[in-house]
Amino acid sequence: MTTTKLSRRGLLKGAAAATAASTFPAPMLWAQNIKDVTLRQFGTGVSNLNEVGQKVKEELGFTLEMTALDSDAVTQRAATQPGSFDIADIEYWICKKVWPTGNLQAMDTSKIKNYDKIVGIFRDGKLNPDSTIAQGTAPHTVGFTSGPGGTDFVQEESGWMTLIPTIYNADTLGIRPDLIGRPIESWAELLNPEFKGKASILDISSIGIMDAAMVCEAMGEIAYGDKGNMTRDEIDRTMAIMTEAKKAGQFRAFWKTFDESVNLMASGEVVIQSMWSPAITAVKSRGIDCVYQPLKEGYRSWGGGIGLSKNLSGLELDAAYEYINWYLDGWVGGFLMRQGYYSAVPETSKAYMSENEWGYWFEGKEATEVITNPFGDAMAQPGEVRDGGSFQDRMGAVACWNAVMDENQYMVRKWNEFVAA
Amino acid sequence: MRAGNMSRHLTGWLLASPLSLVLILFLVLPIAMIVVVSFWKATEFSIIPAFSMENYDFLFGSPVTYRVFGTTIKYALIVWVFTLGIGFAVAYFLAFHVRSQTWQIALFLLCTIPFWTSNIIRMISWIPFLGRNGLANSALISMGVTEEPLDWLLYSDFSVILAFVHLYTLFMVVPIFNTMMRIDKSLIEAAYDAGATGFQTLTNVIIPLCKPGIMIGTIFVITLVMGDFVTVRFMSGSQSANVGRLIQNDIALLQYPSASATAVVLLVTVLMVIGILLRFVDIRKEL
Repeated sequence: MTTTKLSRRGLLKGAAAATAASTFPAPMLWAQNIKDVTLRQFGTGVSNLNEVGQKVKEELGFTLEMTALDSDAVTQRAATQPGSFDIADIEYWICKKVWPTGNLQAMDTSKIKNYDKIVGIFRDGKLNPDSTIAQGTAPHTVGFTSGPGGTDFVQEESGWMTLIPTIYNADTLGIRPDLIGRPIESWAELLNPEFKGKASILDISSIGIMDAAMVCEAMGEIAYGDKGNMTRDEIDRTMAIMTEAKKAGQFRAFWKTFDESVNLMASGEVVIQSMWSPAITAVKSRGIDCVYQPLKEGYRSWGGGIGLSKNLSGLELDAAYEYINWYLDGWVGGFLMRQGYYSAVPETSKAYMSENEWGYWFEGKEATEVITNPFGDAMAQPGEVRDGGSFQDRMGAVACWNAVMDENQYMVRKWNEFVAA
Repeated sequence: MRAGNMSRHLTGWLLASPLSLVLILFLVLPIAMIVVVSFWKATEFSIIPAFSMENYDFLFGSPVTYRVFGTTIKYALIVWVFTLGIGFAVAYFLAFHVRSQTWQIALFLLCTIPFWTSNIIRMISWIPFLGRNGLANSALISMGVTEEPLDWLLYSDFSVILAFVHLYTLFMVVPIFNTMMRIDKSLIEAAYDAGATGFQTLTNVIIPLCKPGIMIGTIFVITLVMGDFVTVRFMSGSQSANVGRLIQNDIALLQYPSASATAVVLLVTVLMVIGILLRFVDIRKEL
């Protein structure tokens, strides 16, 4: 279904820029023309923030149009409608599906000013030189391609990036400590009969299966070769355990959207469930005790990045590189880190955060003053520490990355059976 | 003479053409497209035109399909029974117990008030009401009916059916009320004069005369329930599946051909149900 389509707009802009560049001194023109550039970005809700668009207009001068979609829709659009966007803000596991279609173009790392400062996870896969690489679609495995025009993945830093990493985090289970009343230390607790009718898991198959695998492995029921790329047999056994639990009434509900997970937790329908970090803060902001519980088996992690449409060229492509360099320059990083996410170049973000904020969010230190998010809501009181601790503690304990499996279609069918069971 | 005939012919065609065009463009063509696509193949990203029975093979070969169609029909039947019972009672009350026409209209409008807000809002408002710490459970506990909160009130078949009945009873009330209002009151008086009891009048006079209304209401309710996906998803907490959710899942995963095949099977099922229903009552004749 993929057809090569020349974007009329891109072509005109490119032609205009080329003519202009040949007749006039470039820098002058650049400053004027760039105001007319509009880049269309789409992606999942997490990083598609209007504040970023406004700041781009202020600091870089061009217009960034943002569209937020759910991850299924994002995948579809990136794979099937290359003409409908200039910048795709997608997750790495989506990249694994989309990159081979050739709808995105490789990015020249020599044009990325802060490339050397990007954390190791996105380059050689290692947070520290002695780290082991987690299972699943680790970002660096789909982060590089062989060259401009490449549709393959290479395992070394080739100088051509598929996605520029923007935002990532480590996910775990959310709990209501006030309703549980004892320490929770393992993923296995999700299926503990003690929480019968009070547990939940997310009904997005590609992520739900990973949480299920973390649970089954923690229970000692299944030893996986790679949780991010299961065999049919592993999928069958995982779903059998989950189906049995479902039939026994372990789950109160499944959730599919962010607000559903918040409501389930805040209303006390559920006391333990798979959850995303901002959902925890949303529950907390209602004055309800909720913890993003670090677990001994480690985290399920995810990472996102921005990719450029193959249709970008000329002035628009230059604007896109400008945008990427600005993105990694710190302001966005600080903005994201103050919501609990991590930036790909943490050290540049430090300049945009107070010492207290940096200490709380990144270093896992006690807050010395009230911590607020960029929207002014209080997130933590003095003396509190972040759930899970420092960046090193959290990102150093990743057990598995969000992934897309070779047996994806089989897994989806099995997941549907689980829901219908 | 001939010219006159021609122009009558032409007028007829012209008069019929706007509706036919609309129906062909927006009903026949889309359905034909769905049928065609249901034979296509799909990979994770692309849809490949083909003539393949793959989608139907998978559909009829999977036990999930039968279970899900079973659930869908179960919901439709139970909801039908409740909406019919409640809808008939409400219509009966409005038509035969309320004497003044002003009151009839006022009360009828009252029934439609919930429809001033969106379907989804009416459905979701049940969630805080039925929840573990919701109003229903706190009331039951304070009345001493139960000690522990009742979990089956929410995210269960009970809550799904409750929401359906709440959403769709009016579709039963309106057509039944309509047919009841057309019943000649003298027929009922005649029945009484002939010595029929109230119950006999109901079963021998009123119900047979209301059949077209009941049938129209039934068609509304059954098609709405069988085609629904959002009520089942929210009220069961995503824990049960009907055909609509199966289709929705396929669409989310770009499996349009498989979704189309499921839609075709659902369409055929619903048409069969309606076909059977129409065997009982000739709506055209009785309207």
